Amino acid sequence: MNWLSSFLKSSIGKKLLMALTGLFLCTFLVVHLTGNLQLFKNDSGLAFNEYAVFMTTNPLIKFTSYGLYATILFHAFWGIYLVYDNKKARPVAYAQVDGKANSGWASRNMGLLGTIILVFIVLHMTGFWAKYKFGEVPYTDYHVNLTDGEITAYPYDGNINGKIEKFTEQGFERVIVKDLYAVVNDAFKNPYVVIFYVIAMLALAFHLIHGFKSAFQTLGLNHKKYNQLIKNIGIGVFGIIVPILFAAMPIYFLLFNH
Amino acid sequence: MKITLKVWRQKNTKSKGQFETYKLDHVSEDMSFLEMFDVLNEQLINEGKEPVVFDHDCREGICGSCSMYINGRPHGPKNAVTTCQLHMRSFKDGDIIVVEPWRAAAFPVLKDLSVDRSSFDRIMSAGGFVSVNTGNAQDANSLPIGKDIADEAFMSAACIGCGACVAACKNASAMLFVSAKVSQLSLLPQGQPEAKKRAIAMVNQMDAEGFGSCTNTGACSAECPKEISLSNIARLNREYLSASVAGE
Repeated sequence: MNWLSSFLKSSIGKKLLMALTGLFLCTFLVVHLTGNLQLFKNDSGLAFNEYAVFMTTNPLIKFTSYGLYATILFHAFWGIYLVYDNKKARPVAYAQVDGKANSGWASRNMGLLGTIILVFIVLHMTGFWAKYKFGEVPYTDYHVNLTDGEITAYPYDGNINGKIEKFTEQGFERVIVKDLYAVVNDAFKNPYVVIFYVIAMLALAFHLIHGFKSAFQTLGLNHKKYNQLIKNIGIGVFGIIVPILFAAMPIYFLLFNH
Repeated sequence: MKITLKVWRQKNTKSKGQFETYKLDHVSEDMSFLEMFDVLNEQLINEGKEPVVFDHDCREGICGSCSMYINGRPHGPKNAVTTCQLHMRSFKDGDIIVVEPWRAAAFPVLKDLSVDRSSFDRIMSAGGFVSVNTGNAQDANSLPIGKDIADEAFMSAACIGCGACVAACKNASAMLFVSAKVSQLSLLPQGQPEAKKRAIAMVNQMDAEGFGSCTNTGACSAECPKEISLSNIARLNREYLSASVAGE
């Protein structure tokens, strides 16, 4: 395995680790976005809360999520190390640099953009993940009318076994569930939080406009036939659609608070 | 034209260096940038001062000697030209022009604007060659090479090794240079037997010289006087990866 350690120590190997972890994080973004789009559902948060229970109890997803946390930390700190490492290659700085003449702003500021995203992830995880796992989260008792499907939500004060309990009673499907939706709703009442989320998504957009296509280049996947497609996915999907949909969530809650 | 120059002056590799300001009152816009420096040096010699040291040789854009970082860009404001092919008509009367040497740990300043680029030579010695028996030249048609491949190899071989890629890169990475040299050989059948060994040896030497790593900003290719393509870097990544994983 001597070759592996010398490969990973080389400048190309170091970048490959950034590319592979970065692309894995891109796939996570798509999954995270798809799941969280349920926040827009007009059901008082029933589907979202059931989804939250599934995501935190399914063993396979739990296992993957620990891998994900490790990947996020690795990508962030390896990136910071690379910025530091690369500074050594130019000990005396230029007095004047005309960066915009030859490269995109995002490509020169991946470290800065990444740091904004890291700060965002820490605050985001504290506000939702840690609160859901360790904090006090209210329970809500959903009554789903089995004849017309109408959903009514009531606060629930009692105790249940675990995060969710489902049963049928007098023509209603009852779902008593830990209400993460209420936490989301509450957090995005604060316009400063919403502004911070929007800024973080802007940073994410620029980070990925460069990062997505750059990862393919680092992997050596550069081909006339596919370069444009890779660039378009990087800009269209990860630079525009994903960040806008994510940013729409806090804005939606701020404007249409339930 | 009247030009004000802010030129980096540094006694030797160990000394610190600083900017000196010079005024030139009679600059013709037909002069090349280096001819303007010749005029400056004449002026300095007449004043009994030490002339500015800068690298130059062919002055027709093919040797890769000239190396000036002008107003924040290697080889100045024009694309696809070397400093010697840059003319004063690219500047305006009264301009202040800042001239610095290439700045990289692997390119130590020798004096003023002249830097030591022998790290490139050591990278070439590590694997930038094809080992062949030098007997009679073989028949040209015995090795058929497609026109597209020949063109691609030729475009990579256009690299003159000036180091503008390193100078432009925010990480002072030499990936464009190394990838062009690896590509020009590995694209052709003569270079293929040693392709794996070459990629590993040249990248290892590049790292040992203290160049930074590539972050795909594209600044190197944008500033390259020979417009070497970024696809070379992807090819080097590919070759290095496959050589590491599948090589012996």
